[in-house]
Amino acid sequence: MSEPRTLLAIDHVSKNFGRVTAVDGISLDIRENEFFALLGPSGCGKTTLLRMLAGFETPSDGRILLDGKDIARTPPNKRPVNLMFQSYALFPHMSVRANVSYGLEMDRLPAKEIRSRVDAILTTTELVPFADRKPEQLSGGQKQRVALARALVKRPRLLLLDEPLGALDKKLRGAMQLELKRLQHEVGITFVIVTHDQEESLVMADRMAVLRDGKLLQCDTPHTIYEHPADRFVADFIGVMNFVPGKVVADGVVAANGARIAGKVPAALSPGTSAVASVRPERIRLFPEAQTANRTTGTVEALAYHGLDLQLHVRTPLSPKPFLVRVTSDAADRRPVSSGDQVELGWDPADVRIFAE
Amino acid sequence: MKHQPSRSSLLMAPALVWLTALMVVPCALVLALAFFRRGIYGGIEYTFTLENFGLVFDPLYAGIFLKSARIAGTATLIAVVIGYAAAYAIAAAPRRWQPVFLFFAVLPFWSNYLIRTYAWIVLLNREGLITQLLRWFGYTGDPPSMLYTEGAVIAGLVYNYLPFVILACYAPLSRLNPELAEASRDLGASAMTTFRRVILPLTVPGIAAGAVFVFVLSIGNFVTPALLGGGRFQMIGNLVYDQFLTANDWPFGAALAMALIAIMLLVLMAQALLADRASGHAAQAAGSADG
Repeated sequence: MSEPRTLLAIDHVSKNFGRVTAVDGISLDIRENEFFALLGPSGCGKTTLLRMLAGFETPSDGRILLDGKDIARTPPNKRPVNLMFQSYALFPHMSVRANVSYGLEMDRLPAKEIRSRVDAILTTTELVPFADRKPEQLSGGQKQRVALARALVKRPRLLLLDEPLGALDKKLRGAMQLELKRLQHEVGITFVIVTHDQEESLVMADRMAVLRDGKLLQCDTPHTIYEHPADRFVADFIGVMNFVPGKVVADGVVAANGARIAGKVPAALSPGTSAVASVRPERIRLFPEAQTANRTTGTVEALAYHGLDLQLHVRTPLSPKPFLVRVTSDAADRRPVSSGDQVELGWDPADVRIFAE
Repeated sequence: MKHQPSRSSLLMAPALVWLTALMVVPCALVLALAFFRRGIYGGIEYTFTLENFGLVFDPLYAGIFLKSARIAGTATLIAVVIGYAAAYAIAAAPRRWQPVFLFFAVLPFWSNYLIRTYAWIVLLNREGLITQLLRWFGYTGDPPSMLYTEGAVIAGLVYNYLPFVILACYAPLSRLNPELAEASRDLGASAMTTFRRVILPLTVPGIAAGAVFVFVLSIGNFVTPALLGGGRFQMIGNLVYDQFLTANDWPFGAALAMALIAIMLLVLMAQALLADRASGHAAQAAGSADG
């Protein structure tokens, strides 16, 4: 595989609104043809960053290089970048076809080419039967596809999507996540999606950036971020994590009750400092084998059946909060547990991540 | 219990009584008046005739109708341009300032129409404020004649009815999703094209409502042309006034008034039809979305 080319370089970009710093010196590269996610809680600066990429905000500092050219001060109508708005922002007085044609008319393309390109994108997005409808006559999912078609038909170098699935119900979201990925593959355009939904970015993104308080915490593949979070916040924000507070020792963390959780200690943490040892719920085994290094006993407080798996809340002496343990339905059937049961939990030191408190 | 009056018709009753007693009956009386002859020494001769309506189309009077329409049309155009711009600026201001700006825009309304119109006499007078201002800047020629001109009448009408346009245009402008304009820019449109193709079409109902208001109130106006126009037959309103109170020709005055009412009704119906078509679109849209 050839080295992926950088399409967009965000270079030490900051944005201040008065005394508030919304984006604080973020640098990251987005590669050609990738599906990139900007993830973070609300107020983390992801939307401001997106609006700077679209051209609706100008950075207070830093450069935004598209194909090596600084576009930080280029107006939105002069950038090969299109944005799919969270509200969809479809023109209510225009039909679906007129909405989709609008951007090509602005490019002053010949009518024939506009027609054929619009027809093609309406076919791809399965909107042909609705071409003459007004936006108010469409369902949420259809509106979303019109917004997507309207942005895609311009064949931008970069397509920005602001919480594109936010307005859809859960079942439709799942379908549209896969649909968006398929479309992205089909049209070969770089997608940058903004979302606060960590599950969504795990599913869709090739790479993702986690933001908090205007700063970039980690930028990597979903797998790496999930398995090797950069810090405690990322570990907590992405997926579910069990935390055991304690003090750092040579080969792990000693919990308040004196139990030792074995795991690899990061070089930056010196023995004696406060830290948390953490482990993902799916890495914990019920009734572990004898040689499992990390183990504890606890009481099952609650059970939640999710179809695919069973989630247990287990009160242990290790942490004030109960442990969350995920057991496959299959395993749960073989050895049923119920509320109030005493259970034994075990996990490998390789699955333990240790972070500064 | 077949025709028990519903609650809504009961609620409507006071308004209907009011309208009938103070609008329909007087209008019917004026209409009836228009079909009689003028008595030789004033008064009314109760013989049926259509000649009052024929006289309305006499070039002399038709000309006054046309002139009134032109003055009202010009005032409407100017009021719409100024009012829309003002409403746009207010809608673009920070949210918490918008009510303050609207308050100031409507403020003149709280004073008397006559007083507001007299203020223009003070302004436009031969030795009025504007002339004094010119002198202060070193102008030494004859004072410009501004008062008692068509321009003065138009200025007075625009000034008096501008708040209607601002309010009518502000409503759709403030409700407009700002992301629509951003989407247009994002898709490659300049600010001007965005205004022409997105913002303007979506706020046309407000413009139409404001424009109809100014036009209808202007074409029948008689206070402003009387005070600022100075002439005798500036507009139809003054003509009607004169027929009733000076010339003592009530039947002809009634015919003129009816013609004026007919023009206003036509304009209002045209606007209602346009508005109905717009909302009919929406209703139809909602219906087929369910299907």
